[in-house]
Amino acid sequence: MSPTMRYVIFALWVIALASVPLWAGNYFVRMAILIAMFSGLTMSWNFIGGFTGYPSFATAAFFGLGCYAGALSQKAGVPMVLAWLVATVFVGAFAAALGAIVLRLRGHYFAIGSIALVEVTRLVISSWGSLTGGGDGLNVPLIQGSPTEVAVTFLGVMLAIMVVVFVVTVIVDRNRLGFGLRCIQQNEDAADMVGIDTTRYKVFAFTLSALFCGTIGAAYASWTGYIDPTDSFSILMSIKVPVMCILGGAGTVLGPVVGAATFMILEEVLWANFLDYNRAILGAVTVLLILFLPGGLLRINYRELMARYAARSKRSGAPA
Amino acid sequence: MQYLQILVNGIVLGALYACLAVGFSLVWGVLNVINMLHGSFIILGGYLAFFAWHSFGIHPLLALPFVAAILYGIGYVTQLMVINRVVSQPVLTTLTLTFGLDLILYNFMTVYYTATPRRVTLNLGHIDIAGIFMPIDRLFGMLLALLMTGLLYVLLRGSRIGRAIVAVRMDGAAAALMGIRIDRVYAITFGIGALMAGAAGAIFSMVFPITTNLTGDFLGKAFVVCVIGGLGSVPGALVGGLALGIIESFAGQMFGPQHALTVGFVLMLALLVVKPTGLTGIKGYE
Repeated sequence: MSPTMRYVIFALWVIALASVPLWAGNYFVRMAILIAMFSGLTMSWNFIGGFTGYPSFATAAFFGLGCYAGALSQKAGVPMVLAWLVATVFVGAFAAALGAIVLRLRGHYFAIGSIALVEVTRLVISSWGSLTGGGDGLNVPLIQGSPTEVAVTFLGVMLAIMVVVFVVTVIVDRNRLGFGLRCIQQNEDAADMVGIDTTRYKVFAFTLSALFCGTIGAAYASWTGYIDPTDSFSILMSIKVPVMCILGGAGTVLGPVVGAATFMILEEVLWANFLDYNRAILGAVTVLLILFLPGGLLRINYRELMARYAARSKRSGAPA
Repeated sequence: MQYLQILVNGIVLGALYACLAVGFSLVWGVLNVINMLHGSFIILGGYLAFFAWHSFGIHPLLALPFVAAILYGIGYVTQLMVINRVVSQPVLTTLTLTFGLDLILYNFMTVYYTATPRRVTLNLGHIDIAGIFMPIDRLFGMLLALLMTGLLYVLLRGSRIGRAIVAVRMDGAAAALMGIRIDRVYAITFGIGALMAGAAGAIFSMVFPITTNLTGDFLGKAFVVCVIGGLGSVPGALVGGLALGIIESFAGQMFGPQHALTVGFVLMLALLVVKPTGLTGIKGYE
């Protein structure tokens, strides 16, 4: 797929999502907001998980911290948009400081470390009751307007964030940074040998993966008006986001967007039809995905592309 | 005297943690798979023991071998049919796969058993030695946990299959060249991991109320124990388990029980960075 083609598809998709309020009710607008939100989160994860190949499950930690940083700033009287910026900067700084430590780990240890990060942040937030309201959660000042107006506003906000993350993804993809990250993904020691400053690159990717999770978290907090530790720091989200990315195609530019949209629509249909078993079906989808579609819907897997190109081109049509 | 009581509580807790984590540690060490199913296996074992006691009046001690056998079967089949297909792939793949399986198991357990906390109440009373208070069912649970962990150690050291597992853990390629069927050993190892989880769950059901909401907590404990103690060895799990039990016990006393878990996790993160091989680990085995 040529780059221009990708941009056109992405632009059309954003326009389609933005047009939802014109032809559908609030239920579908909410759906569109969630799709935009998870597209942003998935594209963020793609920096560290897709390009760099580090199995990070820290998304929920960054998202949750973003929620709380935004909500607390807003409660302290900071205007809403500024509060989102505060959250972004805070989460970015947090990730940069932490990345320097956590990124010394590789493989399984990094995965475990990133999961522990979610747990630690959740536990700290929920036990620091005097600041965060603890397990009771936190009410965030609501913006004025009818439910429809509020929904349309936040659809615009989430779409704007999604576009920004996409633009950053494209820049990284075409830049020296993206090249370096892919080298690290393929062989970190070799990348180090040929002169890539792996530590700096990894920290950069980790920070990028956190930055927009912070913005999205803060915007989410303003949208829903109420946050609590269990919801904000859910390990399920930390796994859902990578699954979305794999579903679309990890390490690609458009993959996260495709994956997030497909997954969210699938999940919503399952929720609506199998209320008791939606988690099990989600699990089954994940299992089938890993077993039968490891390259993702776009089937562009840089790891395997070289080796399997010949074998793959013989197959026709996308495997179900 | 108070500190002695806390220490004893910590050791009892630690023995349970060791039993809880040793299967997880073995699977991680041998298969290089982070088994997200482990927490649900523990609860499944606990529920099976509970319902055997509640519905049929079978003593948990009698039910334990059956629970263990059932979990072994589930683990063996899961590994052979599903996980073996991607076992050599990066951690992202295997972890996500086991998490997907966990979602399925968790969902069915919650629907069929509901999340009500349940406990086998044996009413064995308690003992008092030199001012140290100890309920007998806890003491019993600790001894059982140590026994199970010890049995696993004997199995790994003394039996043919145990030596095969250790060989695969040391060098899979060389083991395959010596005629060991790797995929079979993987399945057996995963089965043993599930078995130990089920046994730990059955023991837990005698000591604490268990509910499906605890799967994540148990999994988290297994992480911490593994990282503290080092991977894939029984002594490592024992050291890690006891260390975590004692630390949590004292941290709970000093900072309040709600912070005990946080201390464990923070300690783990610190240890990951300083010494990723764990306290008993050997370099090159990470």
